[in-house]
This record gives sequence, C-alpha cells and structure tokens, in this order.
Amino acid sequence: MTWKDIWTLSERKANGLHPVSYELLTRGRALADKRGARLCAVVLGSGVTEAEGKELIARGADRVYVVDDPALASFRVRPHAGALKHLVETYRPEVMIAAATTTGRTVMPYVAMQVYAGLTADCTGLDIDPDTGDLLQTRPAIGGNIMATIRTPVARPQMATVRPRSTPEAARDPSRTGEIETVQVPPEAMATPVRHESFEPDTSQEVAIEEADVIVAGGHALAKEENFGLLQELATLLGGSVGASRPAVDRGWQPYPRQVGLSGKTVAPDLYVACGISGAIQHLAGIQTAKNIIAINSDPDAQIFSVADLGIEGNLFEVIPVVLEKLKKEMESA
Amino acid sequence: MHIIVPIKQVPETSNVKMDPETGTMIRTGVESIVNPLDLYAIEAALRLREQLGGRITTLSMGPAKAEKALREAVAMGCDEGILLSDRAFAGSDTWSTAYALAQAIRKLDAVDLIICGERATDGDTGQVGPGIAAALDLPVLTYVCHLQPAEDDGIRVRRLVEGGEDVLWSPLPAVLTVVKEIAYPRLPTLRGKQKAKTLDLPTWGAKDIDAKAELLGLKGSPTRVVKIDKPRVSRQGERIRATDPEGIERAAERMIEFLRQRQLVSAQ
Repeated sequence: MTWKDIWTLSERKANGLHPVSYELLTRGRALADKRGARLCAVVLGSGVTEAEGKELIARGADRVYVVDDPALASFRVRPHAGALKHLVETYRPEVMIAAATTTGRTVMPYVAMQVYAGLTADCTGLDIDPDTGDLLQTRPAIGGNIMATIRTPVARPQMATVRPRSTPEAARDPSRTGEIETVQVPPEAMATPVRHESFEPDTSQEVAIEEADVIVAGGHALAKEENFGLLQELATLLGGSVGASRPAVDRGWQPYPRQVGLSGKTVAPDLYVACGISGAIQHLAGIQTAKNIIAINSDPDAQIFSVADLGIEGNLFEVIPVVLEKLKKEMESA
Repeated sequence: MHIIVPIKQVPETSNVKMDPETGTMIRTGVESIVNPLDLYAIEAALRLREQLGGRITTLSMGPAKAEKALREAVAMGCDEGILLSDRAFAGSDTWSTAYALAQAIRKLDAVDLIICGERATDGDTGQVGPGIAAALDLPVLTYVCHLQPAEDDGIRVRRLVEGGEDVLWSPLPAVLTVVKEIAYPRLPTLRGKQKAKTLDLPTWGAKDIDAKAELLGLKGSPTRVVKIDKPRVSRQGERIRATDPEGIERAAERMIEFLRQRQLVSAQ
C-alpha cells in the first residue's frame, strides 16, 4: 500500500477546535491541490462532536478521521502519540502537518521517532513537488538568522510542525462535502500511567500575545522591568498586550511567554508597536505578518525601521508619554 | 536517584554574524558554549539531587571538542560525563541524534529521570527530548516550569502551555524537557572547576552503544537540508525625527493620526 493523502492534525481546546486547526487546512489544501491528493484532518479528543468534523470539511478537508476516547481528554503524550501512530500505520499518509504548539511539538517528534519519519519543526513555508510528493519545508534556524529548506527524500510520512499565525485560517464553505470516519484505536495503544491533574489558566494577562490584536513590545532600551509599566499603559489604551524582545526576556524583565520573534512567538496582530527594539533579524521575521508596525527607537540605524510602516526616531521615554496624553484626549473626544 | 542530562555544544549565537553573500554563519571567532537552555536542565537536576541524593550523568554527542561542554556541566556540579563521538554520528538530524542518545542511555544503569533543555539555540527544533523518550518508550513531559518529587516514587510537574499551566503526575523513569522558568542556573564552583579539570570522561562510539550503523549520521537521518537563505523582511514606511520637543509633538500627533486612519483606536 502506497503512502497517500495530506493530513492535518487538528488541535482541540476545552470545548471544540482551536482555530489553528483551520490555519493547517489552509496549508494542507494548497499542498493537496498541487499534489492532486485528498486532504484529511485528524481529530483526537474526548467528546468530539459531529459539528467539529463538519466544520473541518467546510474549511477544506475531504475526509476527517476522529478518535474519540476518554484517554484523549487532556494532553498526555502516550495516548495521543499512540492514537496518531495507529492512524499513520493504518492509513499511511504521505504528509502530516501539525501546529507548532506545545502539543504539536511534543506529539509529532514522539510519533516520528516511532515510525521512522522525517520531521521538520516550526516551518514557516511548505511546498510540495507534484510529481514525487516531496515536501519542501522552510524553517528558521540559528535563532532565526537563516531560513533552511528541508526535504525528506525517502522516509514516509513526511511530518512537519507549522508556526501558528504564519498563515490565515481557511475560509468556510458550507457547501463543501466530505466524509467523517470514527476510528477505534486499541486501548493498549493509548495506555499511560501519567495522570493529568489540572489546568490552571494564566490570569496575569487577559490575552496571550499570540492571540492579541495589538501588541506593544519593549526591548533592550527599556533598561528595567519597571519601565514596562509605560508600555502596559499604552497597551491597555489600545486594547492590547505587552510583548518583549529576546534581550528583555533574557534579562528577566518580562516572562518568556511574552517573547516575540522566531526565538519566541511569531505574531500577526493588527498593530505591533516596537519600543526600544533594535530589530534582530529573528525578531523581524517573527513580526513580518503584522498588519501595521510602528517603531520607536533612538538609533536612526536600528534595523526595526526597515519593517516599520511608521518609524519614530526618538527616545521612547520622551515620546510615549506625549502619545499617551494625546491618545487619552482623542479617545475622550471620540 | 540517577538523573541523565543530555546537553549540546552550540555556537554562541546571541550576536551571530551572517555572511550576506552566502547566507551562512560566520564561524570564525565564534565561541562554542553549552546550549544556554541546557543550563536550566542541569540546574533542575542539581536541585533534585540536593533534595533526593543520587548522581547526575551528563551526556553529549558531538566532535571531540564537545568534551569542553561536559566539563562545564561537571564544574556546575554534575557527577559524570560521557562524550558520544564517532565519525558515524556526523550529519545526524534530530531522529538519528535522539536514537544515538537513547542507545547510550540504555547502557547506563538504573536511570530514573532524563532532563533535557527545551531546545538547542542553533537547531531550534526541540525534537530530541521527545525523540529520546519515544525511542526508550518512556513518558515525556515537555515545557516543564516546575517539578517536585511526589507520591508513589513519581514526580509532579507543571507544564507551561498556551494560556496557562498543566499539572501532571508521572511515575519514573520519565523524560522531561524544561523551560527557563524552572530555576536560574548557578555558576560553576571552584571545587567543581577543579573536579572538571581532572575528571576522566569516557568517549563512546557507535559500537559502544550497540547502535545500528544504518540509523546513524547522515545515512540514518530521514531529513536533508537542501537550501539555506536569509530571511526576507522589509516594508518601506515613513520616518519622523522626534529628537526635540517640537519633533516629539509632531511624531505623537502623527502616530495618533496613523492609528485613527487605520482604525486601530476607538472610543472607550
């Protein structure tokens, strides 16, 4: 039996599908069309609804494989990897892509190891050779300073994780049709002694930066943790979240989940305000899909200006307070 | 408690210089360091040993000079170091690397816990830790930001995941990958440095770990790097100088206007 079909591994959250699943369908649909293959979406979970399967079909899947089992209620590597390995060995996909989330980046290498598959992490670009089915996987490496293109000449399936928010979500077309197949996986394939005890949501910030529509980020020039208060004030006014560059996180001024760039989170907000960020190439590559970028930096040669729609050459501690004052007035009068 | 910490020697890349012509890294004058994210794994292991006793073996696959990384780990407090070095390992991707490390770990006795850094700063894949676990058929707990010994000879960990923290209990042996939040790495001690200077570090080759030659190195690696490029980033926007009070005033005005034009600001 040959290897065929393009697969996406859908990601679930507490109640239903995570929208990153639809980004994967955008990628998968393009690959499947070019290769002349079917696009299949995999859903692993407990209490998976028919609506989820239908949604995946409306957004581009030709077929949906569902494994619905209490063992898959929360993420533990062995049940998820066991179910996925069972599906891979049963249906033999040519390509399987997942989101480069904490889940995808854990289950994919586990499965790849056990089925001897090539796996490329954190891809920002995917293409396929229509004749051979070889997947061309582009990803940042060396802290985002280079982009490497990777191929898996022999081993199948070809597996890749894809950066969340590096592509738009697939649009809905309710008239699309497809099949939903529920697959029974032997319980022993999903057995694990590990117990998931609880999930504690992060309440420190309302919106995670990768989900935020507006991000106000600070870098090296912020000089200390307390100075991020100024950025927080601007972020609050604009309805956004605070982010930070790698130097600011390395110095402990902001926690790692707020790190923006290929070394942290790739982001695609409507507005990105870079304050005192010089713009290492890995940072620039991590914000390039932002719709609007404003940069404030005292160094006229800072690289950040090369990606900014509006560049303000000046001291952020002088500029931002004036902006805050005017912005408050603007919002009151509006 | 026997804890294994696999580490990697990487180029110091925080201020990496790239050759604009070839798009490759300029390696001359670049120092080799212990992968900074592996230091957190070492620190986590040291703290666990302080609580429970036992020993820590650190393991590194690389060229002969990677021995320096092992000595740095010993200087921080690890008890032993083993270098995996063999021409047969050259060109390994994450699959073959995880395979070789797992084979070496099979040779070590009574392993309770394997602690890895989240990823290496050069490859940036984070695949080797879960790969080792899969090769050894052990549970893996990734993105661990807190860990403590727990009932039934297990461990309880907190995983830093999207939107919060997952709390899990696992029996041992298990594989962990840890993030920066786990604990700030200590500096090497004088006593550790002295020990590191003289400690005998065995070198193991492919035969010592009973590895299948066809699964090692470039030959055993499913993936191939076929092209290296510079990332493309640029958009051309307007620029305002805000270096005097007037300029600041003008820049702030323009920024507000920009936000309004693009509908990025609304009344509260």
